[in-house]
Formats: sequence, C-alpha cells, structure tokens
Amino acid sequence: MSDLLYSEVEEDLRASVRDLFSGRAAPAALIARTESAEPYDLKLWRTLAADLGAAGLAVPEALGGHGASAREVAVVMEELGRSVAPVPYLGSAVLATSALLATDPSQAEVTERLGKLAAGTLIGALAVPLSTAPGSEFPSTVTATADGTLNGQVRSVADASVAELLVVPAVGPDGPGLYTVDVASAGVTITEAISLDLTRRIADVGLENVTAKRVAVSSAAVSALDTALVTAAGLLASEQLGIAEWALAETVRYLKERYQFGRPVGSFQSLKHRLANLYTDLVNARATARYAADCLASGDDIAIAVAVAQARNSPIAVHATEEAIQLHGGIGMTWEHPAHLYLKRAKSDEIALGTPGRHRAALAPLIDLPA
Amino acid sequence: MTTVDDLRQRVADLLAAHPPESTPRQDFLDARFDAGLAWIHFPEGLGGLTAPRSLQSVVDKELAAAGAPDNDKRRIGIGLGMAAPTILAFGTPEQHQRFLRPLWTEREVWCQLFSEPGAGSDLAALGTRAVRDGDDWVVTGQKVWTSGAHKSQWAILVTRTDPDVPKHRGMTYFLCDMTASGVEVRPLRQITGEAEFNEVFLSEVRIPDAHRLGAVGAGWKVAQTTLMNERVAIGGTEFPRDGGMVGVVTETWRERPDLRTSELHDRLLKLWVEGESLRLVSSRLRQQLAAGAPGPEGSAVKVAFSELNQAASGLEIELLGDEGLRYDDWTMRRPDGVDFLGREAGYRYLRAKGNSIEGGTSEVLRNIIAERVLGLPSEPRIDKDVAWKDLPR
Ligand SMILES: Cc1cc2nc3c(=O)[nH]c(=O)nc-3n(C[C@H](O)[C@H](O)[C@H](O)COP(=O)(O)OP(=O)(O)OC[C@H]3O[C@@H](n4cnc5c(N)ncnc54)[C@H](O)[C@@H]3O)c2cc1C
Repeated sequence: MSDLLYSEVEEDLRASVRDLFSGRAAPAALIARTESAEPYDLKLWRTLAADLGAAGLAVPEALGGHGASAREVAVVMEELGRSVAPVPYLGSAVLATSALLATDPSQAEVTERLGKLAAGTLIGALAVPLSTAPGSEFPSTVTATADGTLNGQVRSVADASVAELLVVPAVGPDGPGLYTVDVASAGVTITEAISLDLTRRIADVGLENVTAKRVAVSSAAVSALDTALVTAAGLLASEQLGIAEWALAETVRYLKERYQFGRPVGSFQSLKHRLANLYTDLVNARATARYAADCLASGDDIAIAVAVAQARNSPIAVHATEEAIQLHGGIGMTWEHPAHLYLKRAKSDEIALGTPGRHRAALAPLIDLPA
Repeated sequence: MTTVDDLRQRVADLLAAHPPESTPRQDFLDARFDAGLAWIHFPEGLGGLTAPRSLQSVVDKELAAAGAPDNDKRRIGIGLGMAAPTILAFGTPEQHQRFLRPLWTEREVWCQLFSEPGAGSDLAALGTRAVRDGDDWVVTGQKVWTSGAHKSQWAILVTRTDPDVPKHRGMTYFLCDMTASGVEVRPLRQITGEAEFNEVFLSEVRIPDAHRLGAVGAGWKVAQTTLMNERVAIGGTEFPRDGGMVGVVTETWRERPDLRTSELHDRLLKLWVEGESLRLVSSRLRQQLAAGAPGPEGSAVKVAFSELNQAASGLEIELLGDEGLRYDDWTMRRPDGVDFLGREAGYRYLRAKGNSIEGGTSEVLRNIIAERVLGLPSEPRIDKDVAWKDLPR
C-alpha cells in the first residue's frame, strides 16, 4: 500500500526549503527581479541545490546524490509552487537529472555530469519544448551525424537561459539518441523568449555543428527521455499543489482582513463556499500528487498515477489562482500584488509536460476506456 | 416617429454634404452629431433624434459602408457608456450643451473616479470629501483603478459631502476637470504589464457648483444610473456571430489544424454556442434598452460575458500549447484605450481576468440578481442606519 502521508524527514526538508524561500524569495523582491538583468536567482539556487542538497535528492549516493527519492523531490516542488522562487529546479534537478539517471549512469560522461548536477554546481536543461507530454513522438528537430555533431532548433526549453549543460534528444543515422552538450560549446545559441511565466523562463535553443557526446541510443534513448518526461510530469503535480495552497492561504488571509459593507468580505457565505470548494480541490490535489510521487519512488502504477495527477492538478492550480485574482478584486489585477506570478505559473504549468486533455487521452487506453 | 427610411435619407444627406473622402475626420464627426445621427435615441440638438435606439445600427451600417470615419469606442468607452447617459438623465440644459458634443466627437475623453482603496464593491463607503466653499466645492481624497485617467480631460466623480448621515445619503456627484490644479494621476501597473488604470490623488481640487450632477446628497442615485449603464457597456457590446473573444479563438482554430484535438473541439463548440446565445441576449438587452432604462438583466449579461471571455481566452492558451507559454511584451506602457480583444493570447487571457471585477464584480452582480430580480431577502445589513463616519472598516 502506498504511503500518502509525509514522513518526518520530508517534513524537515519542507521546513528548511520553506524557510529559505520565505527569507529570500519574498513576493516584492520576486516581482522586482522579474524585470531585472538577473531574472533567475542563482545565489538562491546554490543555497537550495548545494547547501540544502535539494538538487541531488533523487540521485543515488554512489553518484554523488542523497539517495532519497521522488517523494522528497516532490516536497521541494510543492515549496517551489508555494513560493514561485526563480530557480532552475524543474529544468536541472528534475528534467535533465532524470534523463541522465535513466541512461546508463556508469558511463564516465554521465557519472561525471550527474555528480555535478546533484551537487548543484552544474545547471542542466532538457532540450525539449516544455509543452512536450510523456509518450510524445521522439523529437526530430535536431539531427545528429555519426560522429555526434548536432544541428537543429528546439523551442521553449524550460530554464535553458541559465543552463550550462543541455541534454538533447536528436535523431542520427542509427536512430534516436540522447546527447550531452556544453552550452559554452561553439555553435550553441540560447535565445531567451518572453515567457508568460515570469519566474520560470523558456528559451529557444539553436545548435549549429555542435560537438556532443551520445549517452543513449535507440530504444534506450527513447525510454530515457520518456522516463524524464513522466517523472517531471508526476512531480509537476506537486508544484501545482503548492501553487493552489498559496492561492487558498493568501485569499483566506485577505478576505478576513478586507472590509466592505461594514464587515470582512470573508464573512459572506457565497465567498466562504468558494473557499471551501478550493479547500476540497486542494485535498484532492494533495492525495493525487502524493500518490504520483510515491509511485515514481516505488516504480508501481506510474503511468496511471502520473496521468491522473496531471489531469487533476493542472486545472486545480489554474482555478485556484484565478479565484485568488477574482477574490482579491482590483488589487488582484495589479502588478504589485504577487497573485499574477502564481496565475502565470499555473497557466504555464497547465501546458507544461502535457495539458490535462493530453493526460486524460493518455489515460484512456490504460484504463480500458476507448473513445 | 423616425422611420428607417427617414434615417437612410438623413444619412444620405449627411454623406452628400460631407463626403467622407474629402472631409476631415473631426469635421465629419461634428457634422454627424449636428445631424442627430450620433446617438439617435438622444434628444434633438444633443446629437440625436429621440429615435428608437434599436435603429442605431441602421445608421452605423450605412455610414460604415460609405467609408465614413467614426469615433473610437475604445478610447471614449467610459464617456460614451457611462458619463453620457448619466449626464443626459441628471444634467441641466447647460451641462447637456457643454459636455455631450465634445464627448461624442472625441474632443474630450472621460474617466470614472469612483473606486477608492477602501471602497470598491462597497462604493457607497467612499471617503473622498467635498466641502462647499462659496460657488465652489473643495475636493480631497484618493481614487484608484481609474482606467484611462492619463488620457482624460473630464471625470465623473462621486464624493462624500455629509459624513454624519448613513453612507448612501451623504454622497454628491460631480463632473471633474482632470486638468484642474490638485488632480494628480499616477500610473498603476496591472497584471498584463501595462498601466491601463491609475491612482488619482485629489488635493483641494476646486469644482464649481455648476459642475455638480444631481442634488447635493443624491450622489448614490446618480451613481446607480452610471453603474447600470456600465454593466451594459461592458457586457452588452454588440458583436457579430462568431465574434468577440470566441471569434478570436475560432480564427486560431481554423488557421491551425495542427493544434486541434477532439477534447478542445468539444469545449470550443460549447463556448461557440454560449457565444451565440450571449450575442442574442445582448441584442435582446439593447432592444429592451430602446424601450426604457437598462434593467437588472444588464447584470446577468455582464456576468455571462465575463465568464465567456475568461473561458475562451483560457482555452486559447491551452490550444496554442508551446506558443501559449510565451507572451508578447511585458514592457510597461500606458495604452490609449481598452481593448479586451487586443494583442496576443496571453494578453487577452490576463486582461479578461478584469472583466469579472471592473464595473461591479460578478459576486456583487449575483447579489443584485438574487435580491433585486429574484426578490431573495438580503443578508443582514449592519451598515444601513449607521452614520458613514461610524462604520467599521
Ligand atoms: C481592470 C479594472 C478597471 C477598473 N476601472 C475602474 C475605473 O475606471 N473607475 C473606477 O472607479 N473603478 C475601476 N475599477 C475598480 C472596480 O470597480 C473595483 O475593483 C470593483 O468594484 C471591486 O472592488 P474592490 O477591488 O475593492 O474589491 P472588494 O470589494 O474588496 O472585493 C473583494 C472580493 O470580495 C467580493 N465581495 C465584495 N463584497 C461582496 C459581497 N457583498 N458578497 C459577495 N462577495 C463580495 C468581491 O466580489 C471580490 O471578489 C477597475 C477595476 C479593474 C480590475
């Protein structure tokens, strides 16, 4: 029976991550940072990834990680959702790291890269559009030559603008392959896009005769990429839970304080019921996110758990942040209130790693409910 | 009684006397106003012919077909939708003469100084003070979320003139010159990145008594007229079949077969049907309006309009997938007017969030429907018989 609760270790981890974010990713500072020359907070990243060890949670100790599991990573993702801290956690610690972990990690190239990713000294990104759903066709916008030279473009890559290492799916003479590329190599261009999500950015990657190392080929490459996408999609559900939790907590707080018609607006029953509904959603989101994390950790029932978690939590996060804006009234429409950062994250997360519709469609054959 | 033929003849006369190709835009608008073809249901001499409002579209269509210039509804939406009907209903003949022509011909743009930091849904709680001083009133206070204040010459303004009586009774309505000394407009940036609305600080602004609208202490009643018209102005906008926010999405759908999925198809069709029924409700509302003042149906239409805009713009981002992750431009700018359907999908999605807040929130409108239309008893009110100054806040 899967464990849907949080362990003591997980609660401790949560406490330290939350503590870090509440001190160093306060809303006003976040908003100011979005338009500064440094939209990502790489100092905060180092503290999170290296000092708290959050980057290497799911990496085995032998490879320089902490030998924990997706369950612990999920707790970090929840806190990331709650704070929308601008750190490349999804791109590096989840997508790039999971992809390499799913190759043969005993290869020197992989061992070395994973060690640095886990230590938080190297930032990685998985060169696929963030919208790519698990189970999608292997991407073909990048081609590889027999000697491992890459050419092509990838649009909308999460966290690529601060990445130092790219894990690139490409098609070569012997079929699909997964390659590692140093961003500093000749021929790599990273063009920052204007992202809807101000605190997790996307960038377009261009590769022109770039020297790369192949770390997986044919079915192993396909399955490593898919494992990374499934893992990230399952973990994203925890981020969505965190977003929804923030939205509910902040809205409840505001509606207790905000007086109109001579009373706190939170005392109107119609609003109370709306908040109670959000709470009900949240309870659901928490259970599905925990189940997905636990399945990713144990290896059981992954496909269904992830599809359910994404199909359920994406719309919950979007709805919760939309409600937060609405219930904050005019203040919720202003730039200086952080609600918009959460709405933008939630709406981008809805597309990220497969829309709810894609996940419902993926579920159909798994549960024998054909169209 | 003005007939369709009558109107066609007047339009023909106007076009003959002022050929659109050779008449400057502003001169044409003046001539159209003077011909009574601006807003035909307004009285003669004030841009109208006291004709049924439902015939306005006859005029608009003929003029558009002839390539005649028109005023920009996005720039003067507040003047047209809110200030004008209120001035018409409560203004003196002098006020009618002074304000309606430059408003319609776009020489003077209007904004609405109603909301305050502490008084949004509870507009009647507002605290901006107006104190009588001879022939003038001296006004001090702060307004917020004022759309287009940076582009406006005039404002409709509600103030508190008597703090010692219950809140609804102590308010007075004014027409405020935005260029008067003591009026300070500061941009207030919004979720879309731009600053469409503003904070407005009023420090000892002198307003002549001649610019008061309605009786002293009758501000709430005057404001009600503005608010009812506002709902209709926001929700009752005329759009063709397959138009409005749904139209924007259907266009993307038709142009981008690569994005289609059966799930989104189903949702899009549902929204299309809602859009079509909203179009019919809006036109029914306009027909009702032709017969009298806007009723509480306006509230229902505005609620439905907001929900549809939000659902359609949200669906469009999902449909766009990869491209939905992008935004066009976060640069802070101060737009000329409001355009819900403008720019790109991300902008439309974010701007649509305001539809259920501006002009009365959907929650407050639902209360109005429940209480005024359905006759349900109101929640116990603790602010009804208390002097404004003694209200809990
Ligand atoms: C884009 C935009 C443009 C605007 N332009 C203008 C303008 O040009 N001029 C102007 O004067 N104002 C303008 N406004 C302000 C707008 O009218 C107010 O924001 C609105 O009336 C809500 O007030 P509030 O923001 O104070 O929210 P609050 O009144 O604080 O409401 C907070 C939440 O509580 C809910 N609530 C409040 N009372 C009740 C109740 N009795 N029952 C149930 N729920 C309740 C509300 O619906 C809302 O969800 C604009 C606002 C926006 C967003």
